[in-house]
Amino acid sequence: MSEAGSHSAEAGDAGHGHEAPKYMLIWVYLLVLTLAEVGVAFLGIPKWIIVTSLLIMAVWKALLVALYYMHLKWEPKRLRILVVAPLPAVAIMIIVIMMEYV
Amino acid sequence: MAHAAAAARAPERGLDVYTQKVGMWVFLCSEVMFFAGLIGSYVILRFGASDSWGQPGEVLNVPVTAVNTFILICSSVTMVKAFAAAEADDQKGIKLYLFLTFLMGAMFLGIQAYEYTELILHGEWQGSHGFTPQAGLYGATFFTMTGFHGFHVFLGVVCLGWAFKRSLAGEWGPKNTHGLEVLGLYWHFVDLVWIILFTIVYLI
Repeated sequence: MSEAGSHSAEAGDAGHGHEAPKYMLIWVYLLVLTLAEVGVAFLGIPKWIIVTSLLIMAVWKALLVALYYMHLKWEPKRLRILVVAPLPAVAIMIIVIMMEYV
Repeated sequence: MAHAAAAARAPERGLDVYTQKVGMWVFLCSEVMFFAGLIGSYVILRFGASDSWGQPGEVLNVPVTAVNTFILICSSVTMVKAFAAAEADDQKGIKLYLFLTFLMGAMFLGIQAYEYTELILHGEWQGSHGFTPQAGLYGATFFTMTGFHGFHVFLGVVCLGWAFKRSLAGEWGPKNTHGLEVLGLYWHFVDLVWIILFTIVYLI
């Protein structure tokens, strides 16, 4: 991921004003993470470790897709704010739901 | 003087991105809330009745779905490659990558149809034959979540077919990339949702 870290985050339209992102490298990351997920799911380790590591890997993969394939990494800050706007609402909903069981 | 200064000022640029892209992102934000609603209901039902859920691989065919996940991830790469080809005015590349994306989207749907058929006809769950949407909370949530996702893939495949048809007429290029980029945003979002669903529905 570091190979693209020096790109300007304030570049205009995606695909312009920055080097071509390493799409194939991200693809390899996604495949390796998917294989790791399937492997971890069937390991004989405590369930909470499996669930935690699976969720971390899923969020990691989702971030790779959003940042690189959806070009969010190179979008103006204002668009990125727009994109993350619904996430606090999602977080509140999930937390409130989980509180039912705590 | 004041009028001259106002006239010289650059026009309001808003979000600094073109309107269709903002529109797609706003739509995708609403989609985030839609799938969050589904996933939230799944979490509350599953925690409330954990006995009603099978272990990974017990009912659902994880290897087949892992292959399907692989196909969808590959289709995301070809989609982004189609966009890059349009920027580089590589007409052959645009056609090839759009066709591959379309093909892999259709393959995903085909494999999902096969998976559904196998589950409904031959699935075994809690002593009953056939894993259907009526098979308790497990069956209901499984078919609702994967079904809504599959419907999104279907819409994406239709749009990809349209984009491919336009590519045959050479309509995409450095001066006309917006349609491909906006379609790509939708397609990557569908891939992103599947990444989450595959994890929580099949592996946990």
